[in-house]
Amino acid sequence: MKPRAMILFAPGINRDHDVATALEMAGAETFIYPVKQLFEEKIDWAMFQMLVVPGGFSYADALGAGRLLALDLNSYFTDEVSRFLDAGKPAIGICNGFQALVKAGILPDRSKANEPHKATLTFNQSNHFECRWVTLKPVSQTCVWTRGLDQLIDCPVAHGEGNFKVTEPVYAQTLVDNDQIALVYTHSDGKPALGAYPQNPNGSVMDIAGVCNRAGNVLGLMPHPENNILAFQTPDRANRPDHFGLPLFVNGVRYASQL
Amino acid sequence: MNSNPVVYRVSIKPKNQNDPRSLGYLNDIRALGIDGVSGIECSDLYFLRGDITAEQVRMLTDRLLCDTVTHAAEIDCLNMCQDTAGENRSTSAPSGLIEVALRAGVTDPVAEQIVRAARIVGIDKLNAASTGLRFFVKGDNLSEPLLRQLAERLFANPVIQRYALGVIFPSFTEAVEASGTVEVISLRGLDDDGLMKISADRRAALNLNEMKTIQAYCLREQRDLTDIEFEMLAQTWSEHCVHKTFKSRVTVEQEDASDPRFPQEYNHLFNQTIRAATRDINADWVLSSFRENAGIVEFDGENEISFKVETHNHPSAIEPFGGANTGIGGVIRDVIGVSHKPIASTDILCFGPQNTRLQDLPEGVLHPRRIESGVVAGIEDYGNKMGIPTVNGAVWYDQGYTANPLVFCGSVGMAPRGSNPHGIVPGDHVILLGGKTGRDGLRGATFSSMTMDAQTGEVSGASVQIGAPIVEKGLVDVLMPARDHCLYHAITDCGAGGLSSAVGEMVSEHGGDIQLADVPLKYPGLVPWEIWLSEAQERMVLAVPEDNLDDLKELCDLYQVEMTDIGRVTDTCRTRVFFGDKMVLDLDNQFLHNGLPQRHYTARITAPRFKPGQRTQKTDIQPVDYGKTLIRLLAHPNICSREKIIRVYDHEVQGGTVVKPLCGIKHDGPSDGSVIKPQSANGRQAIVLSTGLNPEYGKHDPYEMTCLALDEAIRNAVCCGANPERIAVLDNFCWGDPNRPEIMGDLVQAAQACYDASQRYKTPFISGKDSFNNEYLGPDGKRHAIPPTLLISALGWMSDWEQSITMDLKKAGNLLLLVGDFQPVFGGSHYNLVNPQQIVEEGIPACSLINPEVYRSFYGAVTRGLVASCHDLSEGGLAVAAAEMCMAGRKGARLELDGIEDLPRVLFGETSGCLLVEIAPGSEDLFATIMGHLPWQKIGEVESSPVLHAVKDGKDTMSVSLTRLLGAWKDRQTL
Repeated sequence: MKPRAMILFAPGINRDHDVATALEMAGAETFIYPVKQLFEEKIDWAMFQMLVVPGGFSYADALGAGRLLALDLNSYFTDEVSRFLDAGKPAIGICNGFQALVKAGILPDRSKANEPHKATLTFNQSNHFECRWVTLKPVSQTCVWTRGLDQLIDCPVAHGEGNFKVTEPVYAQTLVDNDQIALVYTHSDGKPALGAYPQNPNGSVMDIAGVCNRAGNVLGLMPHPENNILAFQTPDRANRPDHFGLPLFVNGVRYASQL
Repeated sequence: MNSNPVVYRVSIKPKNQNDPRSLGYLNDIRALGIDGVSGIECSDLYFLRGDITAEQVRMLTDRLLCDTVTHAAEIDCLNMCQDTAGENRSTSAPSGLIEVALRAGVTDPVAEQIVRAARIVGIDKLNAASTGLRFFVKGDNLSEPLLRQLAERLFANPVIQRYALGVIFPSFTEAVEASGTVEVISLRGLDDDGLMKISADRRAALNLNEMKTIQAYCLREQRDLTDIEFEMLAQTWSEHCVHKTFKSRVTVEQEDASDPRFPQEYNHLFNQTIRAATRDINADWVLSSFRENAGIVEFDGENEISFKVETHNHPSAIEPFGGANTGIGGVIRDVIGVSHKPIASTDILCFGPQNTRLQDLPEGVLHPRRIESGVVAGIEDYGNKMGIPTVNGAVWYDQGYTANPLVFCGSVGMAPRGSNPHGIVPGDHVILLGGKTGRDGLRGATFSSMTMDAQTGEVSGASVQIGAPIVEKGLVDVLMPARDHCLYHAITDCGAGGLSSAVGEMVSEHGGDIQLADVPLKYPGLVPWEIWLSEAQERMVLAVPEDNLDDLKELCDLYQVEMTDIGRVTDTCRTRVFFGDKMVLDLDNQFLHNGLPQRHYTARITAPRFKPGQRTQKTDIQPVDYGKTLIRLLAHPNICSREKIIRVYDHEVQGGTVVKPLCGIKHDGPSDGSVIKPQSANGRQAIVLSTGLNPEYGKHDPYEMTCLALDEAIRNAVCCGANPERIAVLDNFCWGDPNRPEIMGDLVQAAQACYDASQRYKTPFISGKDSFNNEYLGPDGKRHAIPPTLLISALGWMSDWEQSITMDLKKAGNLLLLVGDFQPVFGGSHYNLVNPQQIVEEGIPACSLINPEVYRSFYGAVTRGLVASCHDLSEGGLAVAAAEMCMAGRKGARLELDGIEDLPRVLFGETSGCLLVEIAPGSEDLFATIMGHLPWQKIGEVESSPVLHAVKDGKDTMSVSLTRLLGAWKDRQTL
């Protein structure tokens, strides 16, 4: 049977349908739930094998991107989220979803309620929202979403607060040591961007585009692989036909179906 | 509320020296040419009021307000009693501190979220919040005038904000008793002056004849009007809502009466030109034109596509962010108003020169740089947050737009065919969905129908709305399923005129009774006419049968959208409005909607100095350095790269963007248009969006300009692969004061040209909008009028997205063909704009009659897959088109111009109807067969060496490297 993916919806989320299409093409069954319904109807999270927090501007990004959606996660679904993730089920947060998982203290590592965060996603170094196509290199073999992917991924970024920052440089090294750096921005040929703009579009430390938790089942990334899953979406079809984002979702779905 | 309020103030300060936002402000200061500032530190301010403890504020700060990785928080307690009037006051010695807060009543979505979030974390006694900004300006000997200049030019807009040199005190909107106060306006027995005084005092923009008609109505009904009745009439009869000018009778005066293109009289200008154009073309794929909020065309047998373009000029002039923000928000509601899901947005912007010197600005006018950055940020904010890709647009700079910028916002929607209901019946409930109502944008409809003056900013400050895109997103979330479940009988949006316009329109056929006391307010104290006329954003009105109310309520709760039952549809043919049990409005629908007397205007048409296409007598155009000229053209503000603007718009969301606004191997080439294949549609069909606009031609010849704008919009669509026989267009007129015969003369020429040209192309108009009085009365008493500006927006179609073409050169060795009736001239050309010393005075391009045939045949080559790339010749002519194709493809090209005498004309002259086309060698013969007798010629080749040459008789007459081209076009380097 197909793995069932629960897609969180909150006011302002707008790439829920985009990611649903990608997951369905990857072989999952998708269910989009407004946070309010999830909470009031006491939906049972155990019915789902995948958790998806999509992109958008939840609650208008008031008080910082993803912060109020993070508040929802921490206030209404604390136990559900812990149980789901501790069970090793795959979860993914894309763009605003990534921001929410970081602000909620779920990524890169679970932090206790009032312990200060070690990492954040802040304003792009360019000081403005930016939409452009980037190239991603899947790195982490721990992450169930990027494990074994050998192709570069071309896809758009579309965000104003995607600049991954850490409190201590040593913490960035810890992420490397734990194989938690899932995806990095590169030149189109796969060479490291080394912070060069626009290949690294937001100034993220170590060209980090996505990170996973230590267990590898939770992935957060700023770019939108769900927007390069169909031929007509690819800008440079003639020269770069095979750098789709779909394999990442196939990976996640395959993992979920083995649970 | 709290009698002795405790107000905590939390300031969130960047830890990092190179805080992006602070650096951004510093750059703006430099760009404005303001000296003496060495650094800026920008912090956020949050004011929290209520019976709350310092610990609670600390907790709220750590959990919600401050990102401790990048920012640090300071908390202190304000003693509100010590506040003075607070208005822009200053402390004795300038400390470099400037603080900014919103004026009371200005929408503050963040503040609302703080209160909501506080409840979630268990702080129930926080009763109000408000936000602000703190700027710490660094520099030696900062003077108070300098700080005030910074505050007023950059940090604060007096229309919505207050500032203080020093600590500012927040203004919370105080609750006052709601009142049903209604004034009585007595028109009976007033003389002409008395009537006009009332029209002026209430900024009703009604002329004497219209005031007299209302006076007669009072006599007929033997009573006076309430203020809300008068305001509703003024709004319903406003130019903005009924387009009096286009519906007027026009007498045409010609100095050269022999010009047969124009009759001596139009009984109804609009019906005889633009509407007649669509009627006479009678295309079966046009499903709705000029009937509803947006024009609608067939798409794929299952779905239909809607398109509407609006302007929001006056609000954008006084508060650029809010003006553009609600401009895009408003046009998106037009598409929601035909039950369509918005799938794409467009924006076309006209500004004053960005290098205008501060001292040259007319009084009360914002600097064009600030207008541009505010407008772009406003469109970015709304479009991105709605999750709608902004995919097509244009920017034009001209002195004429300095005081009166133009902001065109377009929205495209899709829905299953025929799913928009039209079944309103008496008994239906009138349901208000979405945002709360405040004093936002009062009299916006009439305001936008007036000429601006130096005081407009202050007087009409209320006319500026600030948007809340997430609230509008919620409307889409609710209305799409509501439509699919047939929960409502009719739908309309609250735009200009607010409920008065939306409900008035909805009950115009049957009648209706409305209860204003039930309308949810942002703050109490609004009187009935304010509630009725308020242009608070993000509201829709539905007619819902009793049985469906519960289902709709359920949907609304799910998506956290407010729903209010404000009345019923009746069968009285009167519109009646109540406040509590008091009836405050009772108007006869027949009079309200059909009582407006037709206006009569005089149009004076003067022939242009040169006929279109007429070439100058003097053949000796001064010798020029072709390379330098090309570089100057590429660096011209109207031609150079738009990447900086395009990048801040999300053009990928919804996953349907096939041809992006930027194309080519480095994703930076200027696409002629955009191609969208809606993901939710099953077929391979796609739409094409493109635009045509050239105010420079408009200055010379409004008639030919109109033909050329239509030709350009169609040409751009054809360049992307659109089928030229399936293109629909929209018209947006931005004109001056129609009471001036010469302005009306320009309008008549343009309107007549819309008819004449659209018949040639068989291209129907499906929707449009006009904006008049785009003039500015300076303190000097002189009029600052804009050039006659007509935007044509094209909605094209192709049967298969794979047919789409981009303009970047693809392969060295391919051939370059110049296709079309190439008749370059210099009238209105950008060649003239970059050579002000040696302007070539002659006609603007003539819109060639064979263009439609050329496009149809060329489309044959497209469908046979012959076309590798294609770009149209527009501003800057052949040389600029070739240069843009080279840059986009990062390739070189050689133009062979043997035997051509007049090189500057061929390289830089401007023409209609021409395409520069790349095809593979060997396919010329097939191309020739397809083009038949129509004009085309091989003009060069694509080369791998990164240089653009023009070769004549074996000699390089022009040779510019790709690096120089890119430097000029992307970074405006002309050296």
